[in-house]
Amino acid sequence: MYKRDKYRVVSNQPLTAKTMLMVLEGDTQYITTAGQFVNIAVEGKFLRRPISVCDYDERSITLLYDVVGEGTAAMSRMEVGTELDLLTGLGNGFSESAECHRPALLGGGIGCAPLLNLAKKLLARGVKPVVILGFNGAGDVVAADMFESLGVETYVATVDGSVGTKGFVTDVIREKGLECDYFYACGPMPMLRALCGSLEWRGEVSLDERMACGFGVCMCCSVETKSGAKRICKEGPVFLKEDLIWK
Amino acid sequence: MEVKRDMSVELSGVKLDNPVIPASGCFGFGYGMAEFYDINILGSISFKGTTREARYGNPLPRVAECTSGMINAVGLQNPGIDAVIAEELPKMRAAFHKPIIANISGFSIDEYVECCRKIDKEEQVAIIELNVSCPNVHGGGMSFGTSAESVAEVVRAVKQVVTKPLYVKLTPNVTDIVSIAKAAEAAGADGICLINTMLGMRINTRTRKPVIANTMGGFSGAAVFPVAVRMVYQVAKACSIPVIGCGGVESASDVIEMMMAGASAVEVGAANLRNPYACKEIIEALPAEMERLGIEKLTDIIGIV
Repeated sequence: MYKRDKYRVVSNQPLTAKTMLMVLEGDTQYITTAGQFVNIAVEGKFLRRPISVCDYDERSITLLYDVVGEGTAAMSRMEVGTELDLLTGLGNGFSESAECHRPALLGGGIGCAPLLNLAKKLLARGVKPVVILGFNGAGDVVAADMFESLGVETYVATVDGSVGTKGFVTDVIREKGLECDYFYACGPMPMLRALCGSLEWRGEVSLDERMACGFGVCMCCSVETKSGAKRICKEGPVFLKEDLIWK
Repeated sequence: MEVKRDMSVELSGVKLDNPVIPASGCFGFGYGMAEFYDINILGSISFKGTTREARYGNPLPRVAECTSGMINAVGLQNPGIDAVIAEELPKMRAAFHKPIIANISGFSIDEYVECCRKIDKEEQVAIIELNVSCPNVHGGGMSFGTSAESVAEVVRAVKQVVTKPLYVKLTPNVTDIVSIAKAAEAAGADGICLINTMLGMRINTRTRKPVIANTMGGFSGAAVFPVAVRMVYQVAKACSIPVIGCGGVESASDVIEMMMAGASAVEVGAANLRNPYACKEIIEALPAEMERLGIEKLTDIIGIV
């Protein structure tokens, strides 16, 4: 089910030069699964901005977002107390109860966002994940501390080697000899393609795409899967590795 | 004493409780939107454009933000006429209990004819709306809707196989919309719907590439409303068949303006994508807007300008 409602900005802070952390207060009853997203109406912009839920509880929603265009730039200027019009409860999130003992949570850049709530959900059912986050450089690293504060094993890779392992999340897996039996991933398409192509573990990935509606009627975000065309906003954003077709 | 505000309208003998119809492509087959509100308050629904074969559509990205609007190049993604009839319409019927408008697309005359013959037999389908903005693969790829002759040819061919009223949804990407509308009317069309989207394009100045994979796409949203009003006005003045006004409608006031321009009913498209409650809010606001403007019956204002 969905909910359109007003949410109040309770904090909106820069974490790095491009990444912001926004906390909103309001009704969260329709958010049920890690990996779902909200669609935010930004004044002066025609289309809403779909943003993954990083974390949520009974009354608050935490969003991590990169400032990439005019819409997110406008969001970054929003002051505490601003009222926002959100659609919540959108999309199908991660399978929180997938059969696994030691899953890897693999985040690329801002793709680390939806993995935070997932880590909490996994811990709550007694599953300890390994978290590996990849960034371009030291200045881009976000959220690693949030995962560490949950007490989960957390690794960072940077393309320029300025922090953690030099390279990609797959280099961390190789370097540390990490043995997992499942993976949950979110990040840029080239990263997801590489993970689905190289990892032998079963797994699932969250896709990102330009959307118009976010609730399944406009067909702007359809991907071809092995079981036919699927809407990233409706059947996704999370898809099983074996369902995806990489061209 | 409160005056009763009559919002009912009629399209070729099909009575609608109100003139508000979600436009094709912006409401799916209705049932998905029933998660937001009871869609039976709508006048009707024009369902997602349907072709003979299943189509995946264009590569992603398919959408671009614009000032007061958007560009889309979905590429007529749909499961094909047989799957629409077998799988989508039963779900639509379960959620929506009123007459519906079947939006049919084709890339050849044969395709239009075959799809319309099939959809005409569906009881809930009250009106068939031909999308003539698709390229004619046997006519050098030019859109059917850009030539009076090819529009007339499609209408004549389809008219022979259908019993339901046939409306033609026209593209605004033409020099003289009136000549196209008159050709459709002369060929036997029962009504006209306009406008479809306007051809547009955005460039990502950072990547130096078009925003959407298809390079160009259909521009819609509030920004096109004045163009739609102008074309509805011109066509309604020139033709004697009913006109459904479409393009950039976002409010009850827009609905009334469109009707004053000559529309007998009004389709709401892109507004649904930003605000899934757009049609509901428009319908709820109509009585007060009618009262404010001294309108007792909506049909009194059709083409009053």
